[in-house]
Amino acid sequence: MYGYIIRRLLATIPVMGVVAVVVFMLLHLTPGDPATVIAGDYARPEDIARIRAKLGLDQPLHLQFFTWIGAVLQGDLGHSIFSNLPVSKLIGQRIEPTLALSISTTIFAVALAVPLGVFAAWKAGTWIDRSVMLFAVLGFSVPVFVIAYLLMYVFSLNLGWFPVQGYKPIGDGFIPFLRSIALPTVALGIIYTALIARIARASVLEILTEDYIRTAKAKGLSNSGLLIRHALRNAAVPIVTIIGIGIALLIGGVVVTESVFNIPGLGRLTIDAVLRRDYPIIQGVILVFSAVYVVVNLFIDLLYTVLDPRIRY
Amino acid sequence: MAAVIDDNGLSPSQRSWWPKAKDYCRRHPTVAIGTAVLVIMTLIAIAAPLITADPLKLTPIKRLKPPSESFWFGADFLGRDVFARTIHGSQVSLMVGGAVALVSTVVGLVIGLLAGYIRWVDSVVMRVMDGLMAIPGVLLAIALISLAGASLTNVIIAICIPEIPRVVRLVRSVVLTIREQPYVEAAIAVGSPLPKILFKHILPNTVAPLIVQATYVCASAVVIEAILSFLGAGTPPEIPSWGNIMAEGRTYFQIAPWIIFFPGVFLAITVLAVNVLGDGLRDSLDPRIARRM
Repeated sequence: MYGYIIRRLLATIPVMGVVAVVVFMLLHLTPGDPATVIAGDYARPEDIARIRAKLGLDQPLHLQFFTWIGAVLQGDLGHSIFSNLPVSKLIGQRIEPTLALSISTTIFAVALAVPLGVFAAWKAGTWIDRSVMLFAVLGFSVPVFVIAYLLMYVFSLNLGWFPVQGYKPIGDGFIPFLRSIALPTVALGIIYTALIARIARASVLEILTEDYIRTAKAKGLSNSGLLIRHALRNAAVPIVTIIGIGIALLIGGVVVTESVFNIPGLGRLTIDAVLRRDYPIIQGVILVFSAVYVVVNLFIDLLYTVLDPRIRY
Repeated sequence: MAAVIDDNGLSPSQRSWWPKAKDYCRRHPTVAIGTAVLVIMTLIAIAAPLITADPLKLTPIKRLKPPSESFWFGADFLGRDVFARTIHGSQVSLMVGGAVALVSTVVGLVIGLLAGYIRWVDSVVMRVMDGLMAIPGVLLAIALISLAGASLTNVIIAICIPEIPRVVRLVRSVVLTIREQPYVEAAIAVGSPLPKILFKHILPNTVAPLIVQATYVCASAVVIEAILSFLGAGTPPEIPSWGNIMAEGRTYFQIAPWIIFFPGVFLAITVLAVNVLGDGLRDSLDPRIARRM
């Protein structure tokens, strides 16, 4: 077991190494001189020279990489080209809304999707099952910003239940915080819910055909006991796996959702940086998001043995 | 299995393709519906210049006017016809969806075949693919476009890069199971050259899952293109696309929601059709999965 944990931890090193190389090379793979690209179309030659020196672009490529990766490993993600603030500080300032939105979305999606999936599998072939599946296909197809505007139109503009845009930190009180985050959570959560519900249904459906389910039924176990103790417990591994894979969807969606609802999180930071070609910020945010994805999936891998004692490493 | 022999006592292979197609559509209505919607969308996209006015024409007096007889979907903040813009926008979405599906499938197929069959390639390639898959696709695409500049080609390339690893993984997993089959061992034993084994014996097995995967890649590409354009890091603003029409409508959402509503509906219908088609194809091409799902 400990051997496995160590091996699994070591396995994240090459993955993060590739991420680092890709993030580093982004600027160098794109056509043209990087300093000129960052400086934009109306830059003066001295601006370009200043950016080149500041980012160390005048040094050989491998030297640039090792300087950069050395700094990153010490938590130094460089400085913003425009505000000159450290990128790690900028990310720190913007992380709260993004974290809040991601957590609330995950809770919302899991709390809705798992019961939906289990229920649909239990009632397989009925209209309940078909409506859940219809919802899953719809939820997976309607892009997050379309849902976001639809929700905003109905619940903010027409009914006035929620603020149209903006974000209230949790420090301003729990109720205003919830009100500001409710619509973004639902908008972002729909696709995630659809994804999880689909897998939950499929895996529970498969478990329900097993012999021990029939045995459990024969000995007179109640439906809820059957579904929760036997079916859901055994379907937990694929469900948890898809929650981990879905984090990638969630991260992409956060960027869009924050933009639609004007939430000052990491997504907004990224978009502002992209529009100003503030390269160190883009690099830093992509690195942080990728690291989160890798760590969450590492955690899920280790969770398997807890969820399913038959899995031994 | 009920329809193997039809009324005239002919087996499916003896009938012409039309009744066969009709029969297939009856058994897989989702494939038929998805295909029909996409064919209509494609026709609309091709015929866009014929059925609508100029999407760039300014009619300042009509600025932000709601849907009417002359402007079916209303007018935007410059007085441009939202109907014309939405219809023209379908060209970008379908082109990007189709191109990304094609390019990432072909590239992913080649890499996946090699990785699955040649051991040393596998360990290197799969590490790179794992790394690429850890980077959120939308962010990677946004970053690439902001650096490479906004153009249709760059949008297609930027969306392909995060999609390719998914195709590689799929192809590789198929190859890994097929290469252990006795007939592949037999081919190796009689001394078939590597390209022949790969393309003649292994490749055909990847086609069915690849077609299904290609539809999902296409759906995801259409969504990502819209997201990129919506965020201002995608299709250049002079080309109307569903994403950038909606982006331009954001400021006026409270007074002119139709600018966002209509392209949004078109976008959702298109993605839905592609996904439904993909689900249907998966069920019809792989009965094993169909029974489980």
